[in-house]
Amino acid sequence: MNRLHVDWTACDGRGLCAELLPELLTEDDWGYPVPRAGMNVPPALEPAARQAVDRCPALALKLTRVSAGRAPASS
Amino acid sequence: MTSAVEAPPGSRVQLRLLGGRNDGRLDSHLAQHGRLPVFDANQIVGLARDAGLTGRGGAGFPVWRKLSAVAATGRPPVVIANGAEGEPASGKDRALLAYAPNLVLDGLQLAAMGAQSAVLYAPAAAHRALGELIAARRGAGLDRVPVRLVAAPDAFVAGEETAAAAAAAGKAAVPGDKLVRITEAGPGGAPTLVQNVETLAHLALIARYGPGWFRTAGTPDEPGTFLATVSGAVAAPGVLEAGYGVTLGELIAAAGGATAPLSAVLVGGYHGGWVPAEAALPVSRAALTPYGGSPGAGVIVALPRSACGLLETARIAGYLAGQVAGQCGPCINGLPRLASTLTDLAHRRARPGLPAEVDRLARLVTGRGACRHPDGTARLIHSAMRAFEADVAAHLVGNCRAEEKR
Repeated sequence: MNRLHVDWTACDGRGLCAELLPELLTEDDWGYPVPRAGMNVPPALEPAARQAVDRCPALALKLTRVSAGRAPASS
Repeated sequence: MTSAVEAPPGSRVQLRLLGGRNDGRLDSHLAQHGRLPVFDANQIVGLARDAGLTGRGGAGFPVWRKLSAVAATGRPPVVIANGAEGEPASGKDRALLAYAPNLVLDGLQLAAMGAQSAVLYAPAAAHRALGELIAARRGAGLDRVPVRLVAAPDAFVAGEETAAAAAAAGKAAVPGDKLVRITEAGPGGAPTLVQNVETLAHLALIARYGPGWFRTAGTPDEPGTFLATVSGAVAAPGVLEAGYGVTLGELIAAAGGATAPLSAVLVGGYHGGWVPAEAALPVSRAALTPYGGSPGAGVIVALPRSACGLLETARIAGYLAGQVAGQCGPCINGLPRLASTLTDLAHRRARPGLPAEVDRLARLVTGRGACRHPDGTARLIHSAMRAFEADVAAHLVGNCRAEEKR
């Protein structure tokens, strides 16, 4: 399973990702993407997710592989 | 600022890091603890693991896991002792760097085993004394890895792990994106280990006295002592040291006792949580989790009944909103909106749905930043809405419970 990652230091809320991936993303009060449920990408939505990643003008959206058994990064 | 008091028998208030002369001198340190024993990097990971040492900067992450993640890269790491302490209610790192800096520098040498250089990241005001000490230790042949001082700006997020790593790499001290963990590749490309200065000082004691000794303080699940900064409505605010599991009552008594009846206690810091002012409540992750809190970096703020918890939280939220690094949209926009919405509630400018809007905004910003600044701010506000539920109800009809207690 792949997972969306937003580099928030790069995202400037252009909103393309929420338009291209309405199943997964919506926009907050300021136009920045918000996950509807989670950031995991179901296989059926992978092509749309890749398109959203490729078209992000800020190069802020990334697709990462979720490897089993690996804990999320700590703070 | 240290108010080391004689602990009553059986109390978990006890001094380890701050148990010496606390004069910061190298000769006092060597007379008390002797030279640091020599260990290899694997042994140091083992010591940290056996001791159950966790990070004292707030997140409480197991030290051995970060140490071994950096070692696993097989490349020379950058090792940073983090003494930035951007948290306004915390004074423990400053106290430690003033009173027991040699323990911090010992611990930095242990963590930096195999590294080419190490960094002590601390407020510029402390640099003169620390620079002299670093030179003296180097002259005495104590430190094999040279230590470089880097100035930590006086900003809340400057102490965040990736901000510290950025500052050490010569960049602005702001948090970075975490798609690649800094333990694999930090801002300068090298694997980067950031540990809070107090964590390193504990490691220096563990290396001398052993993991078994370390575990004689604290609880089996949360071993060791921690530095607590106790402030608010107490007679002698200051930095104390106690084993995890110490009760709020013991800590407040050690800080001279409460100066007024208390309504709540802020535990963990500005990213922490409000808990009931119950003397028997243990300061441990296990006991505080039900309140959405944790010991964090050891901040304890006692709130008197005459002060309004909502006003106090709105003040802190306003401060936190002003401390955003200015990089992440949800934080830049969300935190000021969240703070102003909470301020409306705190100042009894009631409108329909006000508490629900606070809740919505707090949820909206959570998890949507490079660092946990939005998450921590939201956590504090969620805890305030729970702890001061009766105050929220009073404010919505134009009353204030604190005002009635004055």
